[in-house]
Amino acid sequence: MTTTAQIHEPDFLAGDEFFIPTYSVLTQDGTLFPGATAPDLGKEKALRIYHTMVKTRVLDERMMAAQRQGRLSFYMQCTGEEAAVIGSAAALDDADMIMAQYREQGALMYRGFSIDEFMNQLFGNELDYGKGRQMPVHYGSRKLHYMTISSPLATQIPQATGYAYGQKLAGNGNCTITYFGEGAASEGDFHAALNMAAVHEVPVIFFCRNNGYAISTPSVEQFAADGVAPRAFGYRMHVIRVDGNDVLAVYHATERARQLVVEHNKPVLIEAMTYRLAAHSSSDDPSGYRSRKEEDAWREKDPLRRMQAWLEHQGWWDEEEEKALQDSLRREVLETMKRAEKRPPPALDTLVTEVYAEVTPALQHQLDALKNHIRHYPEAYPRGARFLDTTLQEKDADNEQGGA
Amino acid sequence: MPTINMLQAINQALDIAMAEDERVLCFGEDVGGFGGVFRATSHLQEKYGKARCFNTPLVEQGIIGFANGLAAQGSVPVAEIQFADYIYPAFDQIVNETAKYRYRSGDLFNVGGLTIRTPYGGGISGGHYHSQSPEAYFAHTPGLKIVVPRNPYEAKGLLLASIRDPDPVLFFEPKRLYRAAVGEVPEEDYQLPLSEAEVTKEGSDITVLGWGAQMEVIDKAVEMAEKDGVSCEVIDLRTILPWDEDTVAESVLKTGRLVITHEAPRTGGFAGEISATIQERCFLYLESPIQRVTGLDTPFPLTLEKEYLPDHLKIYEAIRAAMNY
Repeated sequence: MTTTAQIHEPDFLAGDEFFIPTYSVLTQDGTLFPGATAPDLGKEKALRIYHTMVKTRVLDERMMAAQRQGRLSFYMQCTGEEAAVIGSAAALDDADMIMAQYREQGALMYRGFSIDEFMNQLFGNELDYGKGRQMPVHYGSRKLHYMTISSPLATQIPQATGYAYGQKLAGNGNCTITYFGEGAASEGDFHAALNMAAVHEVPVIFFCRNNGYAISTPSVEQFAADGVAPRAFGYRMHVIRVDGNDVLAVYHATERARQLVVEHNKPVLIEAMTYRLAAHSSSDDPSGYRSRKEEDAWREKDPLRRMQAWLEHQGWWDEEEEKALQDSLRREVLETMKRAEKRPPPALDTLVTEVYAEVTPALQHQLDALKNHIRHYPEAYPRGARFLDTTLQEKDADNEQGGA
Repeated sequence: MPTINMLQAINQALDIAMAEDERVLCFGEDVGGFGGVFRATSHLQEKYGKARCFNTPLVEQGIIGFANGLAAQGSVPVAEIQFADYIYPAFDQIVNETAKYRYRSGDLFNVGGLTIRTPYGGGISGGHYHSQSPEAYFAHTPGLKIVVPRNPYEAKGLLLASIRDPDPVLFFEPKRLYRAAVGEVPEEDYQLPLSEAEVTKEGSDITVLGWGAQMEVIDKAVEMAEKDGVSCEVIDLRTILPWDEDTVAESVLKTGRLVITHEAPRTGGFAGEISATIQERCFLYLESPIQRVTGLDTPFPLTLEKEYLPDHLKIYEAIRAAMNY
């Protein structure tokens, strides 16, 4: 595996001598670069990708507004990164596992997660698959092979290696893709994951959304290297850097990566160069750490406009269809939001279920004690108390006896 | 019944689990062809192949992250951390991921198939990075099960139960006993229940409670106390989390006295948790304050290991103190 070439003078190799080119296909006005060819996408898939990009943008805008109105505790936008996320998800098999970081709602949406399902999670109501246990944007779907999001950064990266190793043993021809930002790539978990995947020849795609910022820390303060991509060399892994705002390039690169991982069990690192146009989250204000001018320059590279222009050149899309799509999506989002807001919270018992496969005696005891307490102060715990309606009348009797 | 040591018992359990279910995998540092630094995974790679029993790179957070993913996928990983002292790099994967997978996803995904095996404890002149007992750190994390066997028979039955349990299990193996503990172990498949303490000896004056390697030490102390005419009830907790409160409380309601012993430092040690719970449940029945015999609140020493460790003499003195209060 190691080279046998020898030198007899101390001639150092400098880390800054290596540069990885960026693969791009589509110019901002929707035409192809000279010599570039578009992947064989087809009209139907191209429109599905574009619809998902627009839908993600609309959802993000409306939910960010809802957060500002105080209707939602927290939100994170995909804005600016739709091509990277959705373009890559579209190149996968529907049964491939997606292990995302937290900003990849577009990938889940591409798989068919409905606006209703998004809303139920965002409002943590009784229909949320996660039973109101995590912050907004921590989606998950077993049916759609989308691992439930976990807040700690980068933990999903070595898990993706493990998950994909299981897929390889199962021999089902599927792989796993894991998304993360360039900031998360500083975590030890990232290095553990790539090393183990390379050593054990695991069918996993590591997809780095290099969006320029980890909260407020720009990538130049994150690493001294030419991005994240060169790290693949150290692990003897295949790697490609793509223009992350170029949906055709992202799609094509991921399609090829999938071939490498599934047919040859060679893990691949993809670094998509993009830009987080929005704030890190609804709790963040980018004006404190970057210029309006910088943001505007990237707004000119909007991946949605680029793909829209390409679709128009293909004769697959026009302004009228665009307006109709935007209008219907806005209506859908608003209507589903109203529905989700009104739905009741998860049942009180869900506080203690699924900590273990079965509720333990100690947990049952703690739940019983809590219910008893809520019976005494139902107005202080309105969400929990509504599940005790039938027993509220016992409150007075209990009080007379001096309580529990 | 054949007589074997604890390592052989653990090896048998792994062999049975792998033979029965091809989803079971064993991996960690040096566990492949070499069979693990303690030889717990001997011959498993020969029998089941390199895909199911293999060496990993030297990266604990990677081992457990990988194991979490595998378990979420439906495999049944048995991951080895070479020494419990080196489990800390994987702490985030264990407490934030392993423990919470099922809960946070509303059971869309879980890693219940995962078992993490790791040797713990002192008495082997290992100094402070080969002797620690970190169970209390994990006992604060809902969603994990923590199991500690005291002898070869227990090790085999509890490990098989852990591998087949629907929740993730941290299995702490008392490495001092790996070869020192020898006993009769059935060759066939059997399981011992998790979260059930065992009364290993009945008595009426005082309850002495511990787990893992401390059980042997407790037996010696109890032997001394019984010569003084003190009737001791001995309990092996076996599972630290979720622990069997009822068996301990029932015993203390009967004896009125409790001594708890563990190797880990006292402050924040699991004896504190047991002590508080038993005080809540048995207050009016207690004849004396609950005694804790533990390691000191220091890192684990090398040369003065014998002085540091809770031994039979310290436990004997605690029994006397409780009796004479």
